[in-house]
Amino acid sequence: MPPRLTGFHDTNLTLSTNAMPVDPSIPLDSASELIRLQASGDLTAVQITQASLDSIRRTQPSINAYTHVAEDSALAKAAEVDRRRAAGESLGVLAGVPVAVKDVLCTRDMPTTCSSKMLQNFRPPYDATVVGKLRAADAVIVGKTNMDEFAMGASTENSAFGVTRNPWNETYTPGGSSGGAAATIAAGSVPLSLGTDTGGSIRQPAAFCGITGLKPTYGRVSRYGLIAFASSLDQVGPMGWSVQDTALLMQVIGGHEVRDSTSLNLANEDYVSATKATDLKGVRIGVLRDAIDHDGLDDEVRSAVKAAIEVFKDAGASIVDVSLKHSSYGVPTYYVIAPCEASSNLSRYDGAHYGHRSQSADATKSLVSMYCRSRDEGFGPEVKRRIMVGTYALSTGYFDAYYLKALKARRLIRDDYDAAFESVDLLLGPVTPSPAFRLGEKLDDPIQMYLCDLFTVGANLAGVPAISIPGGLSVDGLPIGIQLQAPPLREVSLLRSAACFQANTDHHTKRPSR
Amino acid sequence: MNASLQTTYTFETIIGLEVHVQLKTKTKLFCRCETTFGAAPNTQVCPVCLGMPGALPVMNERAIELAIRTGLALDCSIPPMTKWDRKQYFYPDLPKGYQISQFDLPICADGFLEVVDPANEEAMCRVGIIRAHLEEDAGKSIHDEASGSGDSRIDLNRCGTPLLEIVTQPDMRSAAQAKAFLTELKLLLTHLDVSDCEMQEGSLRVDANVNLRIDVDGQWAITPIVEIKNMNSFRAVERAILYEIGRQYIAWEETGATIENNPKVTRGWDDDREQTFAQREKEASADYRYFPDPDLLPIRIPVEQVDAAREALGELPAQVRSRLQTQYGIKAYDADVIVNQGTAMITYFETAAEVSGDGKRTSSWLLQDVMRTIKEEGLEITKFPVSAISLGDLLHRVSSNKLDNARARDVFAHMLKNHGTVEASIEALGIEAVDSSELETLCQELIDANPQIVADLRGGKQQAIGSLLGQAKKRNPNANIQLVRETLLKMVEQ
Repeated sequence: MPPRLTGFHDTNLTLSTNAMPVDPSIPLDSASELIRLQASGDLTAVQITQASLDSIRRTQPSINAYTHVAEDSALAKAAEVDRRRAAGESLGVLAGVPVAVKDVLCTRDMPTTCSSKMLQNFRPPYDATVVGKLRAADAVIVGKTNMDEFAMGASTENSAFGVTRNPWNETYTPGGSSGGAAATIAAGSVPLSLGTDTGGSIRQPAAFCGITGLKPTYGRVSRYGLIAFASSLDQVGPMGWSVQDTALLMQVIGGHEVRDSTSLNLANEDYVSATKATDLKGVRIGVLRDAIDHDGLDDEVRSAVKAAIEVFKDAGASIVDVSLKHSSYGVPTYYVIAPCEASSNLSRYDGAHYGHRSQSADATKSLVSMYCRSRDEGFGPEVKRRIMVGTYALSTGYFDAYYLKALKARRLIRDDYDAAFESVDLLLGPVTPSPAFRLGEKLDDPIQMYLCDLFTVGANLAGVPAISIPGGLSVDGLPIGIQLQAPPLREVSLLRSAACFQANTDHHTKRPSR
Repeated sequence: MNASLQTTYTFETIIGLEVHVQLKTKTKLFCRCETTFGAAPNTQVCPVCLGMPGALPVMNERAIELAIRTGLALDCSIPPMTKWDRKQYFYPDLPKGYQISQFDLPICADGFLEVVDPANEEAMCRVGIIRAHLEEDAGKSIHDEASGSGDSRIDLNRCGTPLLEIVTQPDMRSAAQAKAFLTELKLLLTHLDVSDCEMQEGSLRVDANVNLRIDVDGQWAITPIVEIKNMNSFRAVERAILYEIGRQYIAWEETGATIENNPKVTRGWDDDREQTFAQREKEASADYRYFPDPDLLPIRIPVEQVDAAREALGELPAQVRSRLQTQYGIKAYDADVIVNQGTAMITYFETAAEVSGDGKRTSSWLLQDVMRTIKEEGLEITKFPVSAISLGDLLHRVSSNKLDNARARDVFAHMLKNHGTVEASIEALGIEAVDSSELETLCQELIDANPQIVADLRGGKQQAIGSLLGQAKKRNPNANIQLVRETLLKMVEQ
């Protein structure tokens, strides 16, 4: 009997145990290398996929990055890629590259749970647009990654299917909510994954796991099939070790889509070419002085940001100090708007049509008790907290004081960004107040957990693109992230500068020792 | 109940209506599912209207156009910007847990519709329109109480169907006025082709808000507002309001309850028992927590679009009524009857009247012969066997004395049965044109053969001519009796 893996909600799911040690000649940390080695005939998609699944198999018991591993369909897809390549057929740009998908994105052939008991057995009848694009690009989807329930959290501890651990140090969190997506890359299992970012959920785990994560401009990537947390803030984005790989995945998932009314009607840009830049002459970078001087900022993070400033300076960028006047209102504004939208978006999980329905005797008594029991059993504490906050803030008598006020604050925050981008091309600062924290450390203190989003929520509230790139390791050997933010739609300039930074540093080449 | 109501005080009835109209779009408001009525349960659904996780709404532009058209016809203003809001409540036929609707910026606001006051044909009653807003319909819950299992079944086909909710001012003062308003509104909406307005199919639904203002020796006592639901015909609306008037008056006499200390309540209409009954409230003073839907963009309506829609509105029923009167010289009543039958009848009338050159005769035939046949045979005017051109042709012959009314009716009956032209029917019936010399010969023969009758006529006994006309008809059935009469009288006098 193959061992049953912890953290898997699907009890039928087991992985075969005839695992071979991962072949070190298979570079699972670089999508571009995997593409090159297949083109040259040195590797097959099946070999790569086999190696990826082996790695997942080895790391899943300790890291728990996955809620579902799609072993059979991944191998079938890889075999198809190999067959088509042998037949000389044309292949998509990610042909044979293993990619993991955050479990908030709908997949027709895999469960989609949002790491919630509410959707434990839910299988959507359709693919999210970005998943469809991955398939069209011939990527090999290896599975669904663990997350904070309904993307609410900053540590992946709010998962109904167990915590995900940080591959750099398993007593630490990988961040969240896209913790599984970041951890599986850091664990060396896949070169790329899809995350989502509502208040920092791509950038913060990328920072904690020492990888690169991009939150695109709101509207750049279709939200169709992304299970909504806060619709006006949610955005799908790519994660990988390098800016080049991240740009490659962005190239695949970006673009207009008619099924999402908030999708911008703009053609995809050439993100990949943007990452070939080697100098930053003429680029004006504004350093977020308030963030760097913030009392809550860890000294090691501060030092890493200061070191990054020097790298950009050396690459030819001009550096000035800027300040976003209303940045201190970011977290409170975010924690009104996001729960308000969440309270509404999560109303559909009522046990009536799909998802968890309570079987308790009480639930059979009346419709209302069925609703109450199903939601009580199906949702975890953080989700309930946010539903309650949002319901309260939208109620008659409180709407103006909370929701409307938050919308006004959001406008001011957006105005700050507009003003700042009149004089600079990019904003530079930290991603997180500190490196990864220990599992359980903030679990009983929601406010401390919310403050993890201090430097990331601004980009969501303003709708601007932002990237987290590795900026070194702490003395404890934990990664530290550097954040760049750009004006709306300027992903190209963001990727260009981030790539240039990586061309001049080796932080993104550091790997956890295992 | 109302008929026998004896009241100590005089009172005024105050009625406002909320009308839900299903817009005639091919597809739903936020997805591409069809809206055909009567499909098998849960077959016209997709992830969007089922509220599946991750599915997103995309607005149907056609619904916006139809709403604007309706708003303009109701003299509403159309704002340059409107938006979508979520109205939140839990119910199994509402799969998202919220309904996409419009809260504070409706697509149409501040209009009116004028209707003839049934109590006074001369007076017009102007009913103000507070607003008309777009929203998606919910599904249908079917509660199976008969089986005893208490099972509820849900059909989500209707979910996401576009509705326009039209809210009137409380401007109606009688049940008859409310019915007249609904009749005129339905006529307008079908004329505009924005809705089928079939109450039986639920494409038009009415809730009535009713209360009384009782004059108690110069002081107003205002009864609590009652919202009446579950009315499935205009007749039911009228009867429910009548019932409610009596009920509220009696309740006021018994309890003295007024609007000051009583919130609005909902009562259902029981069509079989012909009374309203107290309904359990869905949620006591529900807080719908409206907020702008972040999945949908605000709707910008360029002034050019509104202007173009206004341009394309064409003639509205009220305008057609007055034009028919002036253009064809027909009575207000006739114009009203024709227009109330809808655009097909108007077109039929106008075509027939143009061909006949005699509007009055045409409207008279239309209201009697044509509409009676339609009613008796259960036909539609678009499928009427006698075309408008044929009717016009027939009536032209009557007006130009080529046929008398009696023969024309024979021809009409023949055309109804055999679907032929006027010419063919006349031929088939053996009706031949009788020229004036033939007619004179016939009359001379009659005069010669009936000296006594001629003498009576000359002596002033006008009724004596009947016998001569009867003989004329026997000798030549094709002779136009009116012409025979005129000729006979002329010849007798000479």
